[in-house]
This record gives sequence, C-alpha cells and structure tokens, in this order.
Amino acid sequence: MVASDLLLNAVVAGVLLGGFYTAVSLGVSVAFGLLDVVNIAHPVFVILGSYLAYAMNVTLGLDPILTGLAFTPAFYALGVAVYRVYYASFEKTGQESLRGLVFFFGVLFIVEVGLLLQFGVDYRLVEAGYIGETLRLGPLSVALRLAVPCLVALALTAALAAVLHGTSYGRAIRAVAQDSFALRLMGVDPVRVKAFAFGLATATASLAGALLIMIGPVEPAMNREYIGRVFAIAVLGGMGSVGGTLAAAVILGVAESLTATFYGPSWALAVSFGILLLTLAVRPAGLFGQA
Amino acid sequence: MRRWAVPAGALALVTVGALLTRLVQNQYYYFAAYVILQYVVLATAWNILGGFAGYVNFGSAAFFALGAYTSVVLIKSVGAPLPVLLLAGGAVAGLLGLGLGYLTLRLRGVFFSIATLALAVVLQTMVVNWEYVGGARGAYVVRPRTGALFSSYVELLFVVMLALAAGSVTLAWWIQHSRVGRGLAAIRDNEEAAECMGVPTLRLKLLATTLSGGLMGLAGAPFPYYVTYMEPASAFNLDYAVNSLAMPMIGGTTTWLGPVLGAVLLGTAQQVATVTISSALNLLIVGVVLVLFVVLAPEGLVGLARRLAGRGG
Repeated sequence: MVASDLLLNAVVAGVLLGGFYTAVSLGVSVAFGLLDVVNIAHPVFVILGSYLAYAMNVTLGLDPILTGLAFTPAFYALGVAVYRVYYASFEKTGQESLRGLVFFFGVLFIVEVGLLLQFGVDYRLVEAGYIGETLRLGPLSVALRLAVPCLVALALTAALAAVLHGTSYGRAIRAVAQDSFALRLMGVDPVRVKAFAFGLATATASLAGALLIMIGPVEPAMNREYIGRVFAIAVLGGMGSVGGTLAAAVILGVAESLTATFYGPSWALAVSFGILLLTLAVRPAGLFGQA
Repeated sequence: MRRWAVPAGALALVTVGALLTRLVQNQYYYFAAYVILQYVVLATAWNILGGFAGYVNFGSAAFFALGAYTSVVLIKSVGAPLPVLLLAGGAVAGLLGLGLGYLTLRLRGVFFSIATLALAVVLQTMVVNWEYVGGARGAYVVRPRTGALFSSYVELLFVVMLALAAGSVTLAWWIQHSRVGRGLAAIRDNEEAAECMGVPTLRLKLLATTLSGGLMGLAGAPFPYYVTYMEPASAFNLDYAVNSLAMPMIGGTTTWLGPVLGAVLLGTAQQVATVTISSALNLLIVGVVLVLFVVLAPEGLVGLARRLAGRGG
C-alpha cells in the first residue's frame, strides 16, 4: 500500500513538474522549433527572471508571479534586441549555424557570470503566503509550491497557443517557419516577424523564471541543467508544437519524479539528458513531429 | 626545411622548457604555465573537430574530466605511474570520442552540439553518484615522489604538459597540411558534396572525434596530481567547455596557429586577471571578448592579421 501511495504521489508531482517545465520550454520551442534559432541562452534568461522576482520580492515584497508578468515587456525588448544582433551578424550572411551557436553560448556565459557577480553563488528563494501550503486529498498530498506554478504555466501555454493559432501575427510566425521566402512574396517582412516571435519567446522566460524560484531555490549556474531539459522537451515535442511541448514536458516531469523518488534526486537530471540523447540518436523528429 | 619547422620548433620548446626548470625557482610560474599549456592542448583538440571539421563540441569538460577520473581510478586501484595514466586517460577519452563520432551519422550541426552538452551532464551525474572516486565530495590524491630530475612535482607536471601541448600542436599542424585536413575542410564546407566527391566522410569524422577526445583526455590525465583534490565540480567546470571553444574562436579556427594564439593570450590574461582582479570577473571578460570576436571578427586573430597584411601589401 505504501509503495502505491508513493508511486501515486510521484506521478502527480511529476505531472505538476512537467506543467512547469512547459513554461520553461515554450521559448525554446518557438525559437528553435519555429524560427530555427538555437537559443541555448534561453534557460539563463529564465534564471534572470528568477533573480528579478527574488530582488523585487526582497526589496519591495512583491509577489513573484506579479513580478514575472510585469517584466514580460522588458524581456520582450531584450529578445528583440538579441535577435536583431543575431540577425545582422549571422543570419543575414548565412553563418548562423556554427557562429550563432557560439554567440548564444557567450551570451549565456555573460548573463550567468553577471548574476554570479551581483548575487553570489548562494541559493536564493522567495517568500509568498501560498507557497508553503500542502493540500491533502486522501493518500495524495499536493504541494502548492508545485501546483501554483503548474497552473500559471498552463495559463501561459494557453495564451501562447492562442497567439500562435488565433492571431494573424501567430499565423505569420508559423508561416515564417515553413517558407520565409513565400512570406516575403506576400508582402510580409520575415525579419520583423521573426524578431516579434523571438521577443515573444524570450518574454515567456520572465514568468517562467518567477515560477522556477517559487518551486525551489535558484543559483546562477542552474541554467545549464535546464539547457538539456528544455532542448529534450523541444525536440521530443516535435519542434514548435505547443501541444507537443506540453506532452513532452509532462513525460519528462514524470520520468524525473519517478527516478528521484525511487533512485534518489541526484539521478533525476541524468534521466532528462539520457532521454535527450536517446531521442536525438533514434528519432530526431521527436515523438510528435513529422519524421 | 619548412616541412620540419613546426615539429622541430615544438621539440626545441620542450627542451628549453625542461632546461628552464633549472633556472626559475618561483613555483607560481609553473602553476600558471601549466594551466595555460593545458588550455593550449584543449583548444587545439577542440579545433581539430570544431575548427577543421565544423562540429561544435560543448562537452570538452566531459572529455577532460574523463581523463582526470580515469587517472583517479588507476591511482586508487593499482597506483599506476604517470605515463600509464596519460595513456589510459587519452585512450578512454578517445573511445568516448569514437562513440561521439558515430553520433555524427545521425546528428549534424546544432543537434550534435546539444548532444555533447547532454553527454557532459550525464557523465557528471555518473561521477557524482560514484562513491569509489569520491562522489560529490571529491577525493584526495597523493602525489608520488618527485624523483631526481626535478626539484618539485609541479615542475615535472609543467614539463609533461609542455610536451603534450607541443605534441598536440604538431599533430594539428600535420592534420591541417595533410589529406585528412583537406577532407575535414570539405566536410566543414559541405558534407553532402564531400561525400559525393568520394571523401571518406565517416572515417575522417571518426578520426577527428577520436583524436579530439583523446587529446582532451590526455590534458585531463595529470590533473588529479596538479590539484591533489579531485571533485566533480572542478573537473567538469564550465570554464573548460567555454575556454576550449572561445580560444580557437578568438585565435582563428581554420589554422593550427589560431587555437595556440587564443590559448596563450586568453590563458595568460585570465591568469593575470585571477591574481589581480577576481576569477568571476575574468570569466565575464572571456564571455564579452568571445561575443565581440564572434560578431565583429569571425575569422579570429589569424584572420584579422591576414586581412591587415592583405591590405598593406
């Protein structure tokens, strides 16, 4: 009986964790999956969002989710700026693959060390009234610090899906992924569309970062473990599909949660990277993509 | 004459370095020079795959650490001497490189790079969970007796690393000027076209990944004796991944000279900055310089020098 309770709780925690992983992965799913921009700096933008939430929480006592929402325009602007530099330096001349990757690696490094200099290597966390509670439903116990981020992440996912599938901007983004030349013939500037989409993708990092620091303490180097996770999810989810990203994130969340419960938390990370390696080697198109 | 200039120069440098240990007494110089030379090996190794063949490896730290931890296992289990450690570290990391080479069958471009990053994290998790080599806490490594030739063990390590650096640079120089290098360049420029022209792409890629990985493992093999306290965080440090890629990028990736220039300049600058400013700030400088170079001078220092020379005459 105890083992089945443990299993049930691990699965539920994994689903909630997976919901949160969606929020972190959406940006990469859009940038990498739809725009073909390998933004490996996205996780570090998420960590930046976490530290902003932390700073606002400590100095002004602001709610992390509110801070996350408030900073989305700033992150949008950051994303547009990064994309403009990327476009002018690499994409325009067709050098994006190798040097573009190194560019984002450098950006990752600068942000990480900047955070390190500003906040140090200590783990930081936020205070909010609703984080510490735990709901009990029979044998099931649901920690609100997991449930709240999951719900907010689902709302974010729904909002992004609405933008991508319900607006003309969203259709333009999905069109640029398929055929940017045809889009140009239709009188739309693909570079502007991509800048908008990249800004949108980066904006999700603000809220995702706020959710991250609600789930657990954060330190600057943490972005690296998320690189493998988010790319595993983006690839597994079939590159750029919002529904696929959600499904892949939940699969990964449950796999990690089960590993952490039955084998110890230090193995959990290896699971996501193992899944990533396996996916890349066996089915690069992902579970939900076209082969 | 020209054909022997680089190997002869490398041999001369090693001899001079070994003789220098008779003159210079300040141990700090050996500690600092060891790190810089280690970066020469890592940058050269990275460039054989990344610069010559165009496959970007983000997991240099994994190969380095694999070499280092192979040494830890051999020291703990049989007390193997340094030459054996070097051979074993290079061989094990070379095998991992060979495995990585087979991955290039399916993974090109960014997918390959992301896979190398994943590989590094998986390996680190395994080491952290492996109690025999100290796990997450780390383990002490006792240096063997120095012997008669050198007055301290660090001097011995310095000469060993100097020889490794000279050897790997000579190897890179040879590759660049041989059929192998031309084949790799063809793969870098257009892999499909190279395959169609009859370039044995798979064999060349396997050779490049094996050599690159093996050299990184060699660089890591003496590391336990250098630090004397091995922990996963220092062996898998992101510094290695960033520097082994930033140094060739800054020096220039298409020649054997680029990584050497980048490693010596950036490595020395970091050693000075670590002493005079702080180690976090010097990493920030590396990041900024890397981004600036990638954006403004994509050909690196070697390319800049060529452009200036071309304009002058």
